[in-house]
Amino acid sequence: MIVAESKPIKELLEMVKDFKKILVVGCKGCVTVCNVGGAKEVAILASTIRISGKKEGLDVVVGEHTLERQCDPEYINELKDVVGEYDAVISIACGVGPQFLSERYPDTRVFPGVNTKFMGGAVEHGVWSERCAGCGTCVVHNFGGLCPIARCSKSLLNGPCGGSSSGKCEISKDVECIWDTIVLKMMEQDRLDELIEFQAPKSWTTARDGGPRKMIREELVK
Amino acid sequence: MSEHKAGSNLEKVLSAGHFAFTGECGPPQGANVPHLIEKANHLKGCVDAVNVTDNQTAVVRMSSWAASLILLEQGLEPNFQMVCRDRNRLAIQSDILGVYSMGIRNMLCLSGDHQSFGNHPESKNVFDIDSMQLIHTVKTMRDEGKFLNGSDVDVAPKLFIGAASNPFAEPFDFRVYRLAKKISAGADFIQTQCIYNMEKFREFMKRAVDMGLHEKCYILAGVTPMKSVGMALYMSKQVPGMDVPQSLVKRLRGAGKGKVAEEGIKFALEQIEEFKEMEGVAGVHLMAIEWEHKVPEIAERAGMLPRPIV
Amino acid sequence: MDDFKPQIVAFCCTNCASSAANVSHGMKKALPDNIKIIQVPCTGRIETLHLLKPFEEGADGVYVAGCQADSCRYISGITKAAKRVAQVKDILEGISIEPERIDVFHLSAGKGQEFVEVADRMVNTVKGLGPILTA
Repeated sequence: MIVAESKPIKELLEMVKDFKKILVVGCKGCVTVCNVGGAKEVAILASTIRISGKKEGLDVVVGEHTLERQCDPEYINELKDVVGEYDAVISIACGVGPQFLSERYPDTRVFPGVNTKFMGGAVEHGVWSERCAGCGTCVVHNFGGLCPIARCSKSLLNGPCGGSSSGKCEISKDVECIWDTIVLKMMEQDRLDELIEFQAPKSWTTARDGGPRKMIREELVK
Repeated sequence: MSEHKAGSNLEKVLSAGHFAFTGECGPPQGANVPHLIEKANHLKGCVDAVNVTDNQTAVVRMSSWAASLILLEQGLEPNFQMVCRDRNRLAIQSDILGVYSMGIRNMLCLSGDHQSFGNHPESKNVFDIDSMQLIHTVKTMRDEGKFLNGSDVDVAPKLFIGAASNPFAEPFDFRVYRLAKKISAGADFIQTQCIYNMEKFREFMKRAVDMGLHEKCYILAGVTPMKSVGMALYMSKQVPGMDVPQSLVKRLRGAGKGKVAEEGIKFALEQIEEFKEMEGVAGVHLMAIEWEHKVPEIAERAGMLPRPIV
Repeated sequence: MDDFKPQIVAFCCTNCASSAANVSHGMKKALPDNIKIIQVPCTGRIETLHLLKPFEEGADGVYVAGCQADSCRYISGITKAAKRVAQVKDILEGISIEPERIDVFHLSAGKGQEFVEVADRMVNTVKGLGPILTA
C-alpha cells in the first residue's frame, strides 16, 4: 500500500489561510489503512480547522467528504456538484488524489494534506515500513525474497557495504541492514554460490529515472 | 601477477615482492592548495602511494581527481579514490578516462558513506552502480577496452584497481566471500579498514589465505594510530563497522597523561611488525588522518624506510 | 478575567470515575456547575474527534477521567484514552491553543475527594488560561 504521513497542521493552515470555504476530501484506500486520510481523519482535520478559525475570529466553513478512492475519475466525478461551493480543497489522499482533483476541477485550488512517503506494509500495529521503491524491474527472488533497492540505503546489489554493524544500517540504529538479513538468510539456505555471483549494474530505465511511467492493459482500452 | 597492468609505482613495488607502505591525505574543504601540498609533502619519500579521499564522510572537499593531480605535480603517487554515492555511470566512466589521461595510475573503488553523515544531508544520493560494479567497470574499460554499454573505448585507461575490505563488518562469515567477490570483479589490490582487533583479523586472513585470495590480489592491512583515549572511545562507539577491543582502550588509559599518543603509536608499530610476517599480507596502509607530520617518524620506527625504488 | 467561567466537558467512565463521583456526592462535596459530565462505558471508547468537538462547540477545556492504568476494567481503555488526549494536545499546540486545556486523570473508585479535586484543578487551570478566542 501507499503510506503517507499527515502534514503538520501549521503548514496546512498557512496553505489555506486566505480561504473561507474549505472542503476536506479523504480516501477509503491506502490512507485509510495507515490512518492519515480516511473518513475519521477527514473529520478530525475539519474540526481542527474550525476550532482554529473560531479562535482567530474567522468565518470559516469546512466541508467533509470521503471518496472510495481518489485515483479513479469516476470517483473524483462524484464531487462535481459540491466542489463549486468551496474556494479550496484539501485532499488527504496520497499524491495522486490532489492531482486527479486538480485536473478534473481546474478552477479549484487544491492542496495536499499529507506527505506521500513510500510503498510498504504494516510491521506492527501503528508502524508502516518501506518495502518497494517502484524500480519497475522486480528481482527480489535473487535476494532471498527481499529488496535491496528499496531497503538498502545505498541500493546496493552486491552488498553489504562496510558500514553494516549488528544487523543495522550505518545511517541509523533504527534502520535494518537488509543485506545482513539477505546474507544470513541465503547462507542458511545454502545459497552462498548465488550471493557470490556478480550482480551487474541495474538498468534504471524502468524506474522513475527513465521518465514518468504509464502502464497499459491493451485488452481493456476501448 | 606478472606483467604490469598499469605500471604505477605501487604496482611495481608490490609485484617486485616488497612490503608496500601506503599513506593517506584528505583534500581541503576549499581551494587551499598550499595547505594540501604542505600535508602531502610530509609523506614524500615515506610511502609508495598516497590515498586521496573523495568527499570522505560525505563532507564536501576539493575533488579527489584534482587533489590527486596536485600530488602528482609534487612528485607523489596518488591513489585516486572514487565513491559511488555522488556520480552516475556516465560521470564515472568519463572521470576514469579523465584521470588516466592526466597521469593517474591507481584507483580505489568505494561505495561511499551515506550522505546523511555529511554536511549536505539533503542531497540526492546517486548509487547508480555499487563498488563491486565500479571495480568491474574499471576492469572492463582497461582489459577489454569497452564501456559498460559494450561500445569501444578508443584508448583504454590502464589503472591499477583497488578496493576496500572491512573484515570487522557483519555478517563476519560473509566478509571473506565478499572480498573474493571483489577480487573476481577485478580488484588488483585491497586496503582493509583500520584494524584494532588483531585476533579477529588473524582469523580473517587465515580464511583469505585458505581461499588463495592473497595469490590473486595484494592485501594491505589498514593501520590508524590512536591519538587519545577519546579517539578510541569515539571510534568504538560512533564509527560503524569499527571493532576496538576494550583491552586497547584500557592500555591507552593506563599510559598516563600526555603519553597516550606515544602508546597509540607503539601499538601501531607492534601491529606493523606482525603484519610484516603475517601470511597473505602484502603491505600496510597507514591512515594518519590530520596527523600527516607523524608519518615520517612512524615510517622510520616501523623500519619502512627507505622506500624501495623500482 | 475574574468573571470568566470556563466551560469544561468531562468524559468519565462508568467504572472508576463515576464511583468516585458517587462517593463525592455522598460526602456532600459539590462539583462546579460549569462542568458537563459525559459518561462513557470505558474511556477507551472515546475517539479523538469526541475530544475535539467540545472545543468546536465552544468549550474552554476538556478532560478525561478514568481508571488507574493497572486497574482499568477493560484492561487498556484508559491507556488508549491517554494516547488520544496526547494526540489532541499536539493538535491544539499546532493551532496555537494551550495544550493544558485538555488532560487525562486516573482516579480510584473509592476516592470521591479526588473526583472533585480533579474538577477544581481543571477549572482553575483553564480559568488561568482565559477564553480561547484571540480576536
